[in-house]
Amino acid sequence: MSMNLFNLLRRRTGSAPVARERLQILLAHERGLRSQPDLLGILREEILAVVSRHIVLDPEKVIVRMDRGDSVSTLEVDIEIPNSFEKRLAVAS
Amino acid sequence: MAKVLVVTSGKGGVGKTTSTAALGAALAQRGEKVVVVDFDVGLRNLDLIMGAERRVVFDLINVAQGVAKLSQALIRDKRLESLWLLPASQTRDKDALTDEGVRDIIADLRTKFDWVICDSPAGIERGATLAMRYADEAVVVTNPEVSSVRDADRIIGMLDSKTVKAEKGEQIKKHVLITRYDTGRAARGEMLNIDDILEILAIPLLGIIPESQDVLKASNVGSPVTLNNAASQPARAYIDAARRLGGETVDMMVPTEQRRGFMDRLLGRRAA
Repeated sequence: MSMNLFNLLRRRTGSAPVARERLQILLAHERGLRSQPDLLGILREEILAVVSRHIVLDPEKVIVRMDRGDSVSTLEVDIEIPNSFEKRLAVAS
Repeated sequence: MAKVLVVTSGKGGVGKTTSTAALGAALAQRGEKVVVVDFDVGLRNLDLIMGAERRVVFDLINVAQGVAKLSQALIRDKRLESLWLLPASQTRDKDALTDEGVRDIIADLRTKFDWVICDSPAGIERGATLAMRYADEAVVVTNPEVSSVRDADRIIGMLDSKTVKAEKGEQIKKHVLITRYDTGRAARGEMLNIDDILEILAIPLLGIIPESQDVLKASNVGSPVTLNNAASQPARAYIDAARRLGGETVDMMVPTEQRRGFMDRLLGRRAA
């Protein structure tokens, strides 16, 4: 009996409202991105240029990642530096 | 003054080709001179839906590259005098299509027809951007389903930025055509409803095509659904949509739920 009641209540609100809400949030975000030309690409290029002034880098080893949260977003910059760099630093000092 | 219309969606399988054929035939039935152009190079299907697959000799690429004249590649419909098809190439890939080639063909078609309807391939690559490039108006086809609506939104963004009209600072006229709509499921909250979709996409509604077996029946026999069974629900919805394209104001018919009778349920018959 309680199962039937539960099913009855559930049927009244299907999954469509969830679909609608997910879409609205996603599209608000995607439309924002569309107007600004590849922010991550630009950041990556500029970070690469600055660091390259001091360290010889493999451009493939520079990873820029953005993670969007509800209240804050994080920008993660992952740069792999070859070990030969430390040796060069030691020589320079 | 000819109108160039692109039928596009982003997502595949939502009914672009079916809608191109049905709207093209409906406009031709109204006495307009119509050409439907297949831009899906490498995966052509509009010829099959139109029932002209055995009559293709030359195609869009042949014309673009000057191998054939436009008049040699155009195929006249056997049922409607004023309906023509320009097929895509099946053997070439989509890179064979160039911006200049498409520009020249569209310009030529504009002088010969009232309506040039471009059936876009799925995706957002070269084929899809070229199909919309020279359009005056767009029909964005979507199903009441999240991935399809998301892709439709992306395509609307492209229509507003990548078309010649948009680059000139003009507005490309956009309409949404909702296909495979199931009124019953939408009413039960199992499927996005019309208001949800219109609120999200924020472009005017051209029509609501109900989920129907008549669409499959028509494609099985190679006939646009508006010709194959003009009295069927999807055909009537397409005919109304075509009238709206022509500038008429037509009341929006929301498909009625096709309820199965008790005997049908008992005997396991499907709703017609």
